[in-house]
Amino acid sequence: MRMLLIILQKEFKQIFRNKVMLPIIFVMPIVQMTILVYAATMEIKNIDLLIVDQDLSATSRGISSHFQGSPFFNTEISQMSAKDAYGKLESDEADLILFIPANMEHDLYRNGNAVMQITANAINGMVAGIGTSIVSQTIMQYNRNLVLNYLKVPDTRGIQHQISTTYRYWYNPYLDSKSFMVPGILTILVTAIGLFLSGFNLVREKELGTIEQINVTPIKKYAFLAGKLIPFMVIALFDLTLGLLFGKLLFDVPIVGNILVMYTMAIAYLLVVLSLGLLLSTISSTQQQVLFTAFFFMIVFMLMSGLFTPTESMPNWAQDVNKINPIAHFMRAMRMILLKGSTMNDVLSEFFILMGTGIVLMSTAIWRYKKAS
Amino acid sequence: MKRFFGFVKKEFFHIIRDPRTLVILFGIPIVEIMLFGYVITNELKDIPVAVLDKSGDEVTVEIQNKIYSSGFFLRGGNLYSEKEIEKAFRKGHIKQVIVFEADFSEKLEKEGTAHIELITDASDANTASMIVSYTNAIIQDYMSYRNRQLQMPLQINVETRMQYNPELKGSYMFVPGTMALILMLISAMMTSISIAREKELGTMEILLVSPLNPLQIVLGKVAPYFGLSIINAITIVTLGNLVFGVPINGSIVLLMTLVMLFILMALSLGLLISTVAKSQQQAMFLSMFVLMLPTILLSGFIFPIENMPWLLQVLANIMPPKYFIIILKNIMLKGTGFEYVWKETLILIGMTVVFIGLSVKKFKIRLE
Amino acid sequence: MNTREVIIDVENLVKKFGSFVANDHLTFQVYKGEIFGFLGANGAGKTTAIRILCGLSTPTAGKIWVAGFDAFHQTEQIKRNIGYMSQRFSLYDDLTVAENIAFYGGIYGMSRKEIKEKTEVLLNKLEFSSQKNKLISDLPLGWKQKLAFSVAIFHNPKIVFLDEPTGGVDPITRRSFWDLIYEAAENGITVFVTTHYMDEAEYCNRVSIMVDGKIAALDTPEGLKNAWNANNMDEVFLKITRKL
Repeated sequence: MRMLLIILQKEFKQIFRNKVMLPIIFVMPIVQMTILVYAATMEIKNIDLLIVDQDLSATSRGISSHFQGSPFFNTEISQMSAKDAYGKLESDEADLILFIPANMEHDLYRNGNAVMQITANAINGMVAGIGTSIVSQTIMQYNRNLVLNYLKVPDTRGIQHQISTTYRYWYNPYLDSKSFMVPGILTILVTAIGLFLSGFNLVREKELGTIEQINVTPIKKYAFLAGKLIPFMVIALFDLTLGLLFGKLLFDVPIVGNILVMYTMAIAYLLVVLSLGLLLSTISSTQQQVLFTAFFFMIVFMLMSGLFTPTESMPNWAQDVNKINPIAHFMRAMRMILLKGSTMNDVLSEFFILMGTGIVLMSTAIWRYKKAS
Repeated sequence: MKRFFGFVKKEFFHIIRDPRTLVILFGIPIVEIMLFGYVITNELKDIPVAVLDKSGDEVTVEIQNKIYSSGFFLRGGNLYSEKEIEKAFRKGHIKQVIVFEADFSEKLEKEGTAHIELITDASDANTASMIVSYTNAIIQDYMSYRNRQLQMPLQINVETRMQYNPELKGSYMFVPGTMALILMLISAMMTSISIAREKELGTMEILLVSPLNPLQIVLGKVAPYFGLSIINAITIVTLGNLVFGVPINGSIVLLMTLVMLFILMALSLGLLISTVAKSQQQAMFLSMFVLMLPTILLSGFIFPIENMPWLLQVLANIMPPKYFIIILKNIMLKGTGFEYVWKETLILIGMTVVFIGLSVKKFKIRLE
Repeated sequence: MNTREVIIDVENLVKKFGSFVANDHLTFQVYKGEIFGFLGANGAGKTTAIRILCGLSTPTAGKIWVAGFDAFHQTEQIKRNIGYMSQRFSLYDDLTVAENIAFYGGIYGMSRKEIKEKTEVLLNKLEFSSQKNKLISDLPLGWKQKLAFSVAIFHNPKIVFLDEPTGGVDPITRRSFWDLIYEAAENGITVFVTTHYMDEAEYCNRVSIMVDGKIAALDTPEGLKNAWNANNMDEVFLKITRKL
C-alpha cells in the first residue's frame, strides 16, 4: 500500500511538471466543447438558391417571394440565361437553381398544368436532397393555396382526402442538435485523454531507459501498473466534469439523469480505455507505435460508435462490431443518462459489457507486462 | 549526393522495418474509405419504430405496412397506451412511436381528414428530424396514391435534376475529405513526430554533427513520407473510383500535381510543428489540435461550413484542407480545369512558403 | 577478501536468442566485497550476462546463484538485495535530486525518516546539498552519474551492478566516480562493473575478459599482465582478442 502511494506521488509530480500536460488537461476540454460542438451541426441553412424567373408573372413572383426570408436559403432572384445560371453552379456561387420558364403562368391557367425545373449541385448529396425537397414542398403548398383561391373554397378536403400529422419531439422539443453532441464529444474527450496519456506513459519510460531501473527493483507489478493507471483515471474524470460543466454553461445541455450513474459508467469505461492504453504500451517499444495504433483504433471505433450517424442504420456487420465497441456502449449510455434520465437499470447491459471488456483487457495487459525478458 | 541517398534509404527502411506501423499507414486510408462508404452514411435504415394504433382498421394497417416495407424502419413492437412510451424511450430500443387516432379510416372517409401523431425520441435531433420527414413522406405518398383519381384543377409540376451526382452518392463528399485527412495525417503528423523523436532521444544532435547539412537531414526525413503519401493518395483515388464510383472527370496530371502540392504543404507544416515541439507528446498533441480536428471538422467534409458560427467560418478559411477539398471536387467531380482552381492553388503555395520560411527561421535560431 | 565468501556463483550459464548464443557456458565466482570487472568489446555478451544476474532476463541454462538466490526462480528476492545502474541514464529527468532519492528509497521499503536522514548524509558527503531541489535534467552528466550510483546503493544492497557506468565523461570525473566505487566496496558492497575503458580495469580486484560470448581470461590485473607478458591491460586485451 505504501509502495502504491510512493509510485502515485512520483507519477503525479511528473505529470504536473510536464509542460504539455497542463494545456492538455485544462485546455482540451474547453476547446473540444466549444469548437467541436459548434462545428458539429448538421442543420441545413444558408443554401444558396438562385431563382431564374423568366416568366415575371404574378404566380412566379408569388413563388419567389416564399423563398425570400426563408431560414434555409440565401435567395437571389434574377432573369439571367440558363447558361449563365449553370455557370454559377459550376463556380460554386449557387447550390440550387429554380428555373421558372417563360409562359409558366400562361400554361398553368390554359392547360391546367405547368412545369418548373430545379437543378442542384449534388456533390453534397445531403444538402441537395434536403434543399430540393424543401423547394418542391414550398411550391406544392403554394399550389394548394392557389387552387383554394381559384375555387374559392376554405380547404381542399372536398377535392383530396388528407392525413394531418403532428409531431412531438421528446426530450428536445426545439431539436437542438448541440445537446446530442455534448455527451458524444465528452466521450471522445475522455477516450483521447485516457488512451493517449496512459499509452504514452509506460512506453516513454521504455524509450528513456528508466523502466530498466524500475525492473531491477523489488517493486510489485500490480503496484507499478496501478500507479500508471490511477493518475489518468483521476485526470479523465476531472476532464469529464470540466467538460460537462462547460456543456451546461455554454449550451445548457440537459442533465436529466442521476449524475452518480454517469460517473459509475465513466469509471467502468475508463477501466477499458486505460487498460487498452497500457496493453498498447506493453506491446510497443516507441511512443510513435503507440500513437499510430491508438489513433487507428480510436478513429475506427469513434466513427463506428454513432457519434454522427445512428448505429441502427449501419450494416449488420458493423452492428456486430459495435457489440464489442466500448466507445459505442459508453456514448449510448452517456446520452441515455444525460438526455433521457435513464436509470442504472436501463444501462445495466452496457455496464456489464464495459466491465467485462475492462477486466479482460486489464488481465491481458498485466500478463503481457513482464519485468524480465 | 550519394551520402544523402544513403540517408534517405536508412530513413525509409526505418519505417518499413516496423510492420505494425506500416500496416497502419497503408491500412488507415483503406479502412477509412470503407467506413465512410459503408458505415457512416447519412441514410436512414432499419430504425426501430413502434406503433400505438387506437383504431386498428384496414387503413392504419396499410399505412403501417407501407412504413415497415420502406426499408427505413423496423418493427419495434406495438404499444397499447401513452404511458408505455416513456419507458420504451428510456430503454432506448425504439426511436419513434406512430400514434393513429381512433376511428381512423371512418374519419378519413367521412370528414376527409384523419390524424396521426409522430412522437420521436429527439435526443438525437438530426436523426429525429430525418425520421419524422421520412415517415411523413411515406404517409403523404400513400395519400397521393389514394387520391390519384382526384386531380387538382391547377397543377404545378417540379422537375428536379441532380447535377454532378445524380444518385446523391455520399462518396462524392467523403472521398475528397478522406484524402485530405489521410495526407495531413501521414505527411504532417508523421514528420513532426519522427523529427521530435530524434530531438527527444538526442539523436538529432548526432545527425547535425554528421557531414550531412541540415537541409539534407530535413529532406531525408521527409522524403519517405512524401513517397508514402503519394501511394496513399493513389490508393484513395483508385478505391474511390472502383468501389464507390467517384469519377475523375478532369485532368489526372493536374490532379496529381496539386495532390503533390498539398503533400508538400502538409510536410512543411509538420516541419514547423517539429521545430516548435520539444517532445513527441508535444508534437502529437499539436498535430491533433492544429491538424486533425480542424481537418475533420472545419474543412466542410462532414459538416457544412456555411452553418457554423462566424468565428469558426473565419477559422475554416485559414485551414489548408478546405482549399484542397475545393480543388479535388472541381477537378474530380466537376471536371473543371485549372482556371477554376488557380485561386486555391495560389493559397496553398502561399501557405507552403510561409510554413517553410517559419521553420527555417526557427531552425536557425535553435542552431545559434 | 580474506573470508572468500562467494556471493555470485555462476556455472555454465547459457543464454540463447534464437540460434544466436550470447552467453556460451560462462563459469565464474565473485567474492563478497570485491570489485569485479567484466570486460569485453561491444557485443561480447556483457550486458546480456549482467541482465541475467539482475533478474531482468531469464537464462537458457546453467546454475546461477546471486546473493544466495536462484536466478531462474527467485528473481524478486535477488532484486531486493542488489542495486543497478545502467549505461542508459536511469534517474528521472523531470524529478528533483531529493525526489529521485526518495522514490527509489521508498520502493526498497525504507522509512520516510530513514530516507530523510540518509539523504542529508549523502548530499553532504557529495557536497551537493545546494542542488537538492534541482531537476536532474539541469545537472551536468558527471553529476548525474555520481547521483545514479549513489541512488543504486542507497538502500545498502549486497551487490551493485554497474553497466558501463562512466560512458561519455572526462577522465577526471571518471576518477572521482571510482572513488565512490572504492568507498562502497570498503563498506562491504560487492561491485560488479562492466566497462570498455581498459584503464578502469586496473582499478578492479579481479577482471574477466569476454570474447564472443565466452570468458577468455579471469584473474587479477597483475596476474593477467604477467600471464600475457604485457605492460598494461590494454595490451592484455589486444593480445587476448587477437589470439582468439
